[in-house]
Amino acid sequence: MANANSPKGIGKVIFSSSLGTLIEWYDFYIFGMLAKTISSQFFPEGNETAALLSTLAIFAAGFLVRPFGALVFGRLGDLIGRKYTFLLTLVLMGGSTFLIGLVPSYKAIGMAAPLLVLLLRLVQGLALGGEYGGAATYVAEHAPAHRRGYFTAWIQTTATLGLFVALGVIMAVKNNMSDAAFNKEWGGWRYPFWISILLVGVSIYIRLKMNESPVFAKLKAEKKTSVNPLKESFGHKANFKMVLLALFGAVMGQGVIWYTGQFYAQSFLENTVKIEFMQNREILLWAIGLATPFFLVFGALSDKIGRKWIMLTGMLLGVIFYRPIFNTMLKDADVKKDLSGNVNFIKENTKVSDYKGDSIIQITSVYKTNDGIKFSTVLTDTLKKGRSISKEAEQIINANKNALFIDKQLPTPLKWKFIGLIWIMIIFVTMVYGPVAAFLVELFPTKIRYTSMSLPYHIGNGVFGGLVPFIATLLTATFTTDPLVGLWYPIGVAALCFVIGALYLNNKIDEEIND
Amino acid sequence: MNLLKKIMGIVWMVIAPVVIYFLITGAVHNVNNGGKPIPWIIMIAVSIPIAVGLMIFGYYALKGEYDKLPESSEELN
Repeated sequence: MANANSPKGIGKVIFSSSLGTLIEWYDFYIFGMLAKTISSQFFPEGNETAALLSTLAIFAAGFLVRPFGALVFGRLGDLIGRKYTFLLTLVLMGGSTFLIGLVPSYKAIGMAAPLLVLLLRLVQGLALGGEYGGAATYVAEHAPAHRRGYFTAWIQTTATLGLFVALGVIMAVKNNMSDAAFNKEWGGWRYPFWISILLVGVSIYIRLKMNESPVFAKLKAEKKTSVNPLKESFGHKANFKMVLLALFGAVMGQGVIWYTGQFYAQSFLENTVKIEFMQNREILLWAIGLATPFFLVFGALSDKIGRKWIMLTGMLLGVIFYRPIFNTMLKDADVKKDLSGNVNFIKENTKVSDYKGDSIIQITSVYKTNDGIKFSTVLTDTLKKGRSISKEAEQIINANKNALFIDKQLPTPLKWKFIGLIWIMIIFVTMVYGPVAAFLVELFPTKIRYTSMSLPYHIGNGVFGGLVPFIATLLTATFTTDPLVGLWYPIGVAALCFVIGALYLNNKIDEEIND
Repeated sequence: MNLLKKIMGIVWMVIAPVVIYFLITGAVHNVNNGGKPIPWIIMIAVSIPIAVGLMIFGYYALKGEYDKLPESSEELN
């Protein structure tokens, strides 16, 4: 291996670490991106919202166990080393993702289906809990002090790039088949899960060629590694108070900003604004692609001016601008205001099906507003005996009650406006997330670093951040009058974190982490 | 500044139980109106240790533990 301090050497370290972490994020995120399809496969038919909430609960369960993964694998990483620990997490993650793609549907095996998915999702969460701290520590322990923020920012890009790859793979699969072929029991939605095993195989091969972190290897040679990292991290007040400060003053806010900008935004566009599946992903893909370089920009900037104020500014901007941004998206894509006549009818499809002994009629009509927004309305009702379908359809359309406005397709200028709005939110993400690995690494000593930084990171991201889509959806379902009510959760957490961080955090860059 | 840090320590100690109180009353209200109890139980179970952590953080702040942050690992040992 080239000298890790040479440009080629550090490049290799970053590439090997980042690739595995990127794949772990990919594995973790395809579940969330396919939440709607998964909910129809692994839960009983009937209540769509309940099924989606249950799927998001399983998605959230993966986040909730991340702190436990941080404890288990963090301890292992501080005892036996960084390299073998994050190899193990990679195998666990890849294996469980592949197996999710093999679980039969609810129709085939009943309740065993969601239970198996839950179990595998928990393994995914544990593995991810162990991965990130290892990768960030590994890179930081190779990086020179004056560029630590910049080099660790490469690890920070992996979470977003994992999301990007996940979106790309899902879109590529979906583009090559019909909706029916994608959504059927053994359909295309399973392919992204199966692809994971190939990606993980490549990454394991690369990681096997890596050396142990020089800082940890030195510590081990001197027999100075920790005997009990958990006790040292959380049993000693001096360390424990720093763990609490890292959690409440930085990563708690970082977590909610991350998941609001990249995950809740997607969920909101799909479930509340009702943007069509492919266009929704296209919007996110462009926004992520254009914003990702800023992780490196803010990582490098943090080497010059310190980590603290960049992270806190990202949080503050989120607190101020989330509601206006989400409100703009909601208003701009609102087609109900055009129903009084500013819409052009395109086509209509009527379907009659049996449901529990009754006949259900479903009329799907496609329209285009004068502003260029294409959308569908779906009207569902029971079919009265003895009436013709056309008479029934006419009556239902005239009544026009409880119509669902779905599959909105925005015209190009509006689509780019949405890309811009999501891009702004991901810029907030890059501000809080770019410098955070360097910040955490500098907060803790080498012998307990893996354990100490992993736990607050995964509570902040896994619990506070990971719960954003779930809590926001729950709030929106509970307080139905305000479609933006779900945003109060990330806004509240980020505001609290901003105040704590501003008061208690230090902006000093720690030059010497090899102690 | 250190005085403000200490005073705010009291705020963090108070916020934690208040959040748990609102979470529990929100859960009771939601479940009584037909909501599922499981998500709320999970959320409350996860939030309680975090709230305890916030209280401990507030207590440390009140005691002046964050008046000067350590600048080297030796200060952490």
